[in-house]
Amino acid sequence: MPETIIIPDFSLSPRIDQVGIEERADRITKRSIKKESKVSLLKLGLSMIDLTTLEGKDSEGKVKQLCYKAKHLLDSYPSLPTVAAVCVYPSMVKTAKQSLGSSGVKVASVATAFPSGQTSLDIKLEDVRFAVEQGADEVDMVLSRGKFLAGDYNYVFDEIAAVKEVCGEARLKVILETGELVTFDKVRRASDIAMYAGADFIKTSTGKVSPAANLPVTLVMLLAIRDFYYKTGRMVGMKPAGGISKAKLALHYLMMLNEILGGDWMNNHWFRFGASSLANDLLMQLMKEKTGIYQGKDYFPID
Amino acid sequence: MATKRDNTLKLKFDSARKLSPAPESRSSATIRPRYDLFINGKFEPSSGKKYFDTINPATGEKLSEAAEANAADVDKAVKAARNAYEKCWKKMPAKERGKYVFRIARMVQERAREFAIVETMDGGKPIRESRDFDIPTAANHFFYYAGWADKLEYAFPNRTAKSLGVAGQIIPWNFPLLMASWKIAPALATGNTVVLKPAETTPLTAMLLAEVIQEADLPPGVVNIITGGGSTGAALVNHPDINKIAFTGSTEVGKIIQRAIAGTSKKITLELGGKAPNIIFDDAPIDQAVEGVVNGIFFNQGHVCCAGSRLYVQESVMNDVVRKLRDRIETLIVGDPMDKNTDIGAINSKQQLDKINKYIKIGLGEGYDMYQSSCVLPDRGFFLRPTIFTNVAQSSRIAQEEIFGPVLTIQSFRTDEEAIEKANNNPYGLSAGVWTDKGSKIFNMTAKLRAGVVWANTFNKFDPASPFGGYKESGYGREGGLHGLQPYVTF
Repeated sequence: MPETIIIPDFSLSPRIDQVGIEERADRITKRSIKKESKVSLLKLGLSMIDLTTLEGKDSEGKVKQLCYKAKHLLDSYPSLPTVAAVCVYPSMVKTAKQSLGSSGVKVASVATAFPSGQTSLDIKLEDVRFAVEQGADEVDMVLSRGKFLAGDYNYVFDEIAAVKEVCGEARLKVILETGELVTFDKVRRASDIAMYAGADFIKTSTGKVSPAANLPVTLVMLLAIRDFYYKTGRMVGMKPAGGISKAKLALHYLMMLNEILGGDWMNNHWFRFGASSLANDLLMQLMKEKTGIYQGKDYFPID
Repeated sequence: MATKRDNTLKLKFDSARKLSPAPESRSSATIRPRYDLFINGKFEPSSGKKYFDTINPATGEKLSEAAEANAADVDKAVKAARNAYEKCWKKMPAKERGKYVFRIARMVQERAREFAIVETMDGGKPIRESRDFDIPTAANHFFYYAGWADKLEYAFPNRTAKSLGVAGQIIPWNFPLLMASWKIAPALATGNTVVLKPAETTPLTAMLLAEVIQEADLPPGVVNIITGGGSTGAALVNHPDINKIAFTGSTEVGKIIQRAIAGTSKKITLELGGKAPNIIFDDAPIDQAVEGVVNGIFFNQGHVCCAGSRLYVQESVMNDVVRKLRDRIETLIVGDPMDKNTDIGAINSKQQLDKINKYIKIGLGEGYDMYQSSCVLPDRGFFLRPTIFTNVAQSSRIAQEEIFGPVLTIQSFRTDEEAIEKANNNPYGLSAGVWTDKGSKIFNMTAKLRAGVVWANTFNKFDPASPFGGYKESGYGREGGLHGLQPYVTF
């Protein structure tokens, strides 16, 4: 029997204390990750990457190269995982899908008039439909920040629910664009709306707005996921995106995930990094752990 | 139906606790096999030639031994302090005095890593805390009071502040170096000389500080540090040539000291025990409140006189708070204090561990629900799992008496008045915490809570510029800030 989930009044979403969040996030950065823990988390981090290219100047050639990199992170290092997905615009989904073939690497497509979302619902749904038809396994939609900030929570909720329906089998990531929401109270409220409306993932940022992802805002969203899980029994994934380019920072994110949501979330079905240059820093650190020396960046192909 | 599932869901945190060891290197600090008394600028053995062991509570192994000062040694130290006071320190221009205190501050900062390692090995607290809290805050106290030395006329406008003479200072084992700095810094800044006795179980950082003071070229006798147990402390308190006693420690000993000096002209400040209420309202940011509760009671294994050991939760959010608290406790890493990832280190001594266990037994005997983290404890040393008791009665001993360990009691309340009444209904009054999103409620609560420090939406925050001290059986007099100068001067 499908269970009923009661939709709460989103204007009553829990309040967030900014100072407390920042202190907690800071404390997680004090964790010292060494030896075996470090190696296994670096590898886990690699497997969680959504290798991303979202430029007006993207070409088929670039996307093909990116897909090859997704499957072959560093052939000289045996038994590395592949990344989780390649994230592209809808027009590149077909190319990516063909290049990745049966590798298991997913294709994620941004949609709904990414990155601003400033268009009508019909056009957004058409955008999503096109991406799914082209073969996207995952859809990264943007939250209508204008409507949200104006307090029109029902509109935002219905829009996400409509997109979710069009997604069908594809998993839906909802980008909150936290840099435009500004306060943690709003980030929490937007997280709640997205999850109750059917998001499979909540994601911090498009990467086009500064600030993008950071540890405190990710903490607010992870806590929202935990509360949602306890209320409904449904797991929701988390994707911080933008500005995560260093392995050390990625390890902080993983420690945060581990301490807030625990072992069930420690895999690429429930956590992703939206990043393009993070992979090479993770690889560089892995090689350092293996050989004891740092190698120059030219020893790691860029894409 | 959703509610039923709500209660059976569980998150798994084993992996969060299993990290590869990340130990701080022991070799960055030197611990000598034996420490003598620091009297008149020199290290010398006690006249009784007796030494006592100081152990590492994380292993139970002997770290070093310290001289046990007897009455004759105390007398010698007080004489040295008196001599330095009359011949030098009293007459020195305030600006010059300040320079010495600044020098000590800088040297503590320079040797911070060494201090942190020794503090952790001798006391059992996690290196993360000694590195990020104890030592930097101790240095800050010296800096802060160094600045006051030549500005006393601004601290006390239209009055002339004069120093008292010789201060006898006795400090506890929970924050050894930090408490030494709380005591020594204001005394020196105001022109007094000092005889300080560190706690019996944690003498090492005080002796390291003695080395710093010697290197700083402080005139001999201005600071004397003598180690020993209760009898040493008693000799210091009873010495007739002491002008001022500053004591931080248990209420029991505080009362003995107060009795001992009755009828003398000695000035006194006492900073004693506590059983702080931490109050969570239903409109509070719950996750941050839970984090504050964890910092309030598990900081330094709960060996904190202002620890938030009595939690009051508004009944409508009780289940939420308890579940989140349990989740958070599961992620706390308990173990080797020298590991940089350790959240909860070793209980300071066997004696203290026994005392805490006695209270846990009382709580269980009274039939309260106990929850402990599922973490595995090291097989040697003195360790305890973080512990919470729920549905505790106000009249229970575990909710009334100071446990001084990682043990939290939780009670529910319905109205603001009830929270205030229960929070104030305790012999202690050192600190309190209030968690709510509503500013007006904060002001209403803080005005009515009878505690020296009330934190709102945070807990265990310390700053040299902020006064600290208690109501009722938590003692009297203030340390820190402008108020902290007053006990060391007369007009």
